[in-house]
Amino acid sequence: MSKAGHKFVSADPDKCVGCRICEYVCAFENDKVFNPLRSRIRVVRIYPTINLSLTCRLCEDPPCVVACPRDALTQSEETGIINVDEDKCNGCGWCVEACDFGAISIHPDEKVAMVCDLCSHRPDKKPQCVEWCPEEALELTNRDILAQRGRLDSVQKLLKAALEKEIF
Amino acid sequence: MHGYAGRILYVDLPTGATRTEPLSEGFAKKYIGGSGFGIKMLLDNQEPGIDPFDPANPLIYIVGPLAGTMAPTSGKFSAFAKSPESNFLGEGYSTGYFGAELKRAGYDIVVMKGRCEKPSYLFIDDDSVQLMDASHLWGKTTWETEALIREDLGDYYIRVAVIGQGGENLVRIASIINDRNRAIGRTGLGAIMGAKNLKAVAVRGTHDITVADPDGLKEHCLELYEEMSHGSKTVKYRTLGTPANVLTLNAAAALPTRNYQSATFEGAERVSGEYLNEHFVVKIQGCSACPMRCSHICVIPEGPWKGTAARIPYEPLMALGPFCGNDRLEGVIKAKELCDRYGIDAIGTGIIIGFAMECFEKGLIDKKDTGGIDLRFGNYEAIVEMTEKIALRQDVGDLLAEGVKRASEKIGRGSEEFASHIKGVETTGYDLRGLKTCALGYAVSRRGADHQRHGSYGHDLSGEVDRFKVEKGRGKLVMEDEDNYSIFDSLILCKFNRRLWDYDRMARIYREVTGIPMTGEEMHKAGERITNLARIYNIREGLTRKDDHLPPRVMKLPIPSGVAKGSFVSQKELDFLLDDYYEARGWTKEGVPTQEKLKELGLDAYMRIVHKKPEKKEVTRR
Repeated sequence: MSKAGHKFVSADPDKCVGCRICEYVCAFENDKVFNPLRSRIRVVRIYPTINLSLTCRLCEDPPCVVACPRDALTQSEETGIINVDEDKCNGCGWCVEACDFGAISIHPDEKVAMVCDLCSHRPDKKPQCVEWCPEEALELTNRDILAQRGRLDSVQKLLKAALEKEIF
Repeated sequence: MHGYAGRILYVDLPTGATRTEPLSEGFAKKYIGGSGFGIKMLLDNQEPGIDPFDPANPLIYIVGPLAGTMAPTSGKFSAFAKSPESNFLGEGYSTGYFGAELKRAGYDIVVMKGRCEKPSYLFIDDDSVQLMDASHLWGKTTWETEALIREDLGDYYIRVAVIGQGGENLVRIASIINDRNRAIGRTGLGAIMGAKNLKAVAVRGTHDITVADPDGLKEHCLELYEEMSHGSKTVKYRTLGTPANVLTLNAAAALPTRNYQSATFEGAERVSGEYLNEHFVVKIQGCSACPMRCSHICVIPEGPWKGTAARIPYEPLMALGPFCGNDRLEGVIKAKELCDRYGIDAIGTGIIIGFAMECFEKGLIDKKDTGGIDLRFGNYEAIVEMTEKIALRQDVGDLLAEGVKRASEKIGRGSEEFASHIKGVETTGYDLRGLKTCALGYAVSRRGADHQRHGSYGHDLSGEVDRFKVEKGRGKLVMEDEDNYSIFDSLILCKFNRRLWDYDRMARIYREVTGIPMTGEEMHKAGERITNLARIYNIREGLTRKDDHLPPRVMKLPIPSGVAKGSFVSQKELDFLLDDYYEARGWTKEGVPTQEKLKELGLDAYMRIVHKKPEKKEVTRR
């Protein structure tokens, strides 16, 4: 599978309402307590109306992997997930700075890099933020699908404009 | 203990000295959280009978046991102090992100006493609690202050509860604002912060919140989330939002209009939830851990106020709209935005302006008083200008900033007869003349005119009872509503999902989160205990039966038109309702809880407050 086919969790800013349920669920899924500092997905609200959840986008040539001075981070060829070798990682945080999306942080207890693993530890492999998002703003998708949707949306807008011109 | 942070924080504002006390499990179970904790702490930490602006009036912030967990709508927090509007219980609730942050900082209760020597804000950074200089923030709006504090402290995720110029100027309807458009709006608690020189409380919390039964809670939340995000019982809040009430209440002739001159508004369509959503709502946002989300963010698309954004629920819409004879929503949105920025209660502001408009039209105040504003009903620009004048205490705004009760006493000349308040707190959006169960709920509400302590309009509007009649049994209905809402306000849950909860379910989530044994019956009893505790507090501060009153208009001016035409609440009817309610409560004819009732509820410690014995005066105090 090409890397473009790797699936990651993407949020739709039109749908996201900033309720932070994804943060609650992520921390709970991983650590059985509630604390956004333990969440691999974080919400940003910019007043008055912008809300968006951000998590690892499984970049091509991920800057976090490049930045790691101890080669603790690797990207899975198969899934695109960033794996953290907890023995190698010393929590220096170069990866945190390198990530353009703030999608990596340092785990408050383990003091090692913490990043979305798409809930691959679960038998059902279902990312829990996606499962719980009440707005269906989160989805497990890939760049090909997102690109397709972008093309379709823009052409539909053209179509709509053309129809309106005809009728009115 | 799970769920609870397990600590009470005391802050001495003059010195910045702090101490903490553990929260005991017995205390937690008896008073639950939110309102139960707040009323109890106020009783035990406030000198009886003091002036609300006295530095010794404690300001208390409280979260509930669920805050910081994924229990739906658990992000709420509350504030308590003796109210500068009513001189009775001051309490208010807000949502957003602040409450969960305070819990993570490690506190269930924060008691702030005294007055800061200079303008300051309190920074609660987990275990580190310090007073910070706020001289550069004094005079700034709530929005500017929140942004500056985050900038100063260098952390975007810090949450801030803040006052604007309203609180600084001791406007008696001043609010506390958090997350920009969420407010502890009622009973003037922002002015208490102002009197304390306390500009804001900023919080950063990094502790984990643990729960007793993680798997049980998760399962329960899955059910609740599904009902809240897709179920029929919350659909109103998810779609049109509370402004759907405009047309419903207008059709029922229960929409307070032009300072209670009418109960129907000819411009209702233009200020309806339908119209608002079609023309102004650009985004519906959610609060922490809420799968229902109801924050309808409205933006004015054109004209001089283009780009103005405000969250518009029904109550401010009613107050700044129909109550002022205003059918221009951009006026409502702009005035609401100013209320949030200056930190004044948007409901109170609208009710006060409606009162002032009637004064103006009757010639009791004129353009000299208003600073040239043509303060007639329906003048939406005047509403916006007066909102600013109230917050800044300019011209007649200085007098109106005292609230309708005090303003009408000063203006006199019959204006008391159309001042719309109960216990000094301005009325809210249900015309009580044709909603008689609801009228009782308002009359006895512990924080003054209020729909949020009982929600008894539900019985009247659903047709479950004859809303134009008084009869035996209404007292019990209101009592049950109040006790139920006392638990909503203690857990603290959002009442917009009230149809999903009964006492058993409340007890279930309480057990799942805290691990403390609790039954539905015990929860019910706790609700009754908390409501009685509030009564004890108010009695201690001087409340008598005559304070359980209704505004003169409700009792003297029959509804002029619509399906409720001719309806009003007579003194005889009010007395009948009060008697029925006091009897249902097990209170005396004077509205005082009996010794038996106090014993039954485990409130014996407060016996001497309500049944004074001359030889013993001291009350229990921490």
